[in-house]
Amino acid sequence: MNADLVIIVTAILVSTAAALVGTFLVLRRMALLSDAISHAVLPGIVLAYWLSGGERATLPALLGAAAAGLVTVTLVEWLTRSGKVKNDAAIGIVFPALFSLGVLAVSLYFRHVHLDMDAVLYGEIAYAPFNTLALWGREIPESWLVMGSLTLLNLLFVLLFYKELKLSTFDAGLAAALGFAPGVLHYALMALVSFTSVGAFQSVGAILIVAFLIIPPATAYLLTQRLPVMIGLAVGVGVVSSLAGYGLAIWLDASIAGMMATVAGICFALAFLFSPLGGYLTTRLRRERERLEVAARLLVAHLAHHERPVSEQEVLAEFGWNPAFLRRTRDKALQEGWLEVLRDGMRPTPSGLAFNKTRFAEDL
Amino acid sequence: MLELILQIFTDYTLRNVALGSALLGVIGGVLGAFTMLRRQSLLGDVLAHAALPGICLAFILTGSKVPLILLLGGGLAGWLASLGVLAVLRHSRLPEDSALGVMLSSFFGFGIALLTFIQHGNNANQAGLDQFIFGQAATIVASDVLNFMVLGGLALFTVGLFYKEFKLLSFDPDYAHSLGLPVRGLGTLLTSLTVLAVMVGLQTVGVVLMAAMLIAPAAAARQWTDRLSSMIGLSALFGALAGVSGALVSASRENLPTGPLVILSISAILLVSLFLAPLRGLVWDWVRTGQNRRRIFLERLLLDAHVLHNHDVLTAQTLAHRRRESPAAAQRHLEMLQARGWVQPGHAGYALTPAGHQKAHELEQAMRVLPKTLEGT
Repeated sequence: MNADLVIIVTAILVSTAAALVGTFLVLRRMALLSDAISHAVLPGIVLAYWLSGGERATLPALLGAAAAGLVTVTLVEWLTRSGKVKNDAAIGIVFPALFSLGVLAVSLYFRHVHLDMDAVLYGEIAYAPFNTLALWGREIPESWLVMGSLTLLNLLFVLLFYKELKLSTFDAGLAAALGFAPGVLHYALMALVSFTSVGAFQSVGAILIVAFLIIPPATAYLLTQRLPVMIGLAVGVGVVSSLAGYGLAIWLDASIAGMMATVAGICFALAFLFSPLGGYLTTRLRRERERLEVAARLLVAHLAHHERPVSEQEVLAEFGWNPAFLRRTRDKALQEGWLEVLRDGMRPTPSGLAFNKTRFAEDL
Repeated sequence: MLELILQIFTDYTLRNVALGSALLGVIGGVLGAFTMLRRQSLLGDVLAHAALPGICLAFILTGSKVPLILLLGGGLAGWLASLGVLAVLRHSRLPEDSALGVMLSSFFGFGIALLTFIQHGNNANQAGLDQFIFGQAATIVASDVLNFMVLGGLALFTVGLFYKEFKLLSFDPDYAHSLGLPVRGLGTLLTSLTVLAVMVGLQTVGVVLMAAMLIAPAAAARQWTDRLSSMIGLSALFGALAGVSGALVSASRENLPTGPLVILSISAILLVSLFLAPLRGLVWDWVRTGQNRRRIFLERLLLDAHVLHNHDVLTAQTLAHRRRESPAAAQRHLEMLQARGWVQPGHAGYALTPAGHQKAHELEQAMRVLPKTLEGT
């Protein structure tokens, strides 16, 4: 099978699975909990590896990781509830401790086996084409099977519990009052995050999965205010990052997963700058445009009070504007057809006068 | 063990590792105290992760592996990431945790991409750059310790200089603002000092685990005191303790990485503090809760007995019926009351002693006070 295809499809599956659950993490303000979970997955995998006698089997690893993820969530919640440390500090305490345990175990007992630290960091998606399984008489990449089923699982979860997720995400109090079980949903979501983290562990590594869980949904968050659109956009950003990241990684001979995370980061930066919903540059441009329009209307209203054409010097003296701003304002008004420039000054056109009679002029 | 501790003074490598880790502990502890109080604990995590691309870019641009240059590159990248977080928070509606997560993972991903780009290139000099990910304290030499001292000294000196301002900023930024203090500038300064702490930690614990060195010492110190000055002192002490013990343990056997051990040491210190710190410790919480539960149980028992004594007869049977428990349990409870001197065996069952009457009366009064105070408001 074509190696490029195997890698790209694996990456798309990873980013889709991650975007599906990541959307709810971002909305529930638990983005950094996923960071903690993805780190804590390491000791879970090491434990499963040890318990299963050194086999690098997928199922024990999944279970170990899910357990580790739940331990993380429980520890963080317990620390927060005890009131001794704040929630963010609790996260920052739990995951380094668990991750340290994992690193220690790897360097003590598994130094020479397959679980090396590079794989922990950025995975080995480049090896995805070499790990294949025989299924129904055909060779299928293992990563397709693992990530495909995880994507399906996450998709089913989101589809089946869409209403419940939506309600408990946006109004946890109402959800509890209506008799949904926010706690069960919460832990189910956390378990899926752990599953996704460990499934993606082999492909993109323990730390970069956070990029796939958080960045595409955060990008989508900046672009829309509707949940279904946000999920769709998050998946879309994930897929785009996978494709572009793969291309760049091949071109530069760099880590595929790292490059995908980079592209996702660039997507986020673009959304931050250019989002139609309050993007940084969009907002600034719109403000500038509005400022100019108000100034142009003010200028026309001023001109309408005079019988004769008014020279630029008079306007400058009256308004205290700088000449450059007046020129831009005049050009704007000219462009709208509100005034005409004669030899001895500016005069409003009939359309400018008519416009001046509207409510806007009364407000002035 | 003692032999190992003595080695600090004789063994060159161990001395440097222990000194470097201790310095990291002190600096991380002091700055962590402020970041934790300002509820920006995870900003340290972002700063540390974001240092990776800076280290790689510094290497690509200068081609040198002088630690100070790489650390400066890392610090600069971390600082940029913190500015990025601030910009996103100020100019978009993204929640804080997502903004932190986005910056952390995109900078780190870029760093990984750069790192592999360097590794796959034909640069023979590149080996060892990845030590910054998990730290490799064994590579710390005397000149590194000197760097740490300069960087850390700079950070500590600035903290000393602006101690009063930072204190106000941490506890009441609004008040600080109303006094005309440049709150935003002071916040940026504190973040920049945290960047210095991260730079000290990159070689020892690495970018992934650095967050704990900024959070755990401060969180542990917080359990022991309510005063900022003593919290900072304790935090520095705990950090240094963890640094030295991590270095010692890792020297005791082969294949024991220092970074994770330092983190585990500080986690252990934190755990002990959480459970055993005087007044705030969880164990004392449990003891207090247990005592309260026992007291309330006894008081309710006495009130039940009091009611029965006044309106019925007080025997194990009647008490069992009233409290819906087995007669054996009721008998045991009566004996508990008797041990307190509140009831005594009478002609038919038990009777309240004067002390028991007195206590029950007090309890009833106390229960009446509550509705009355509520009425009054």
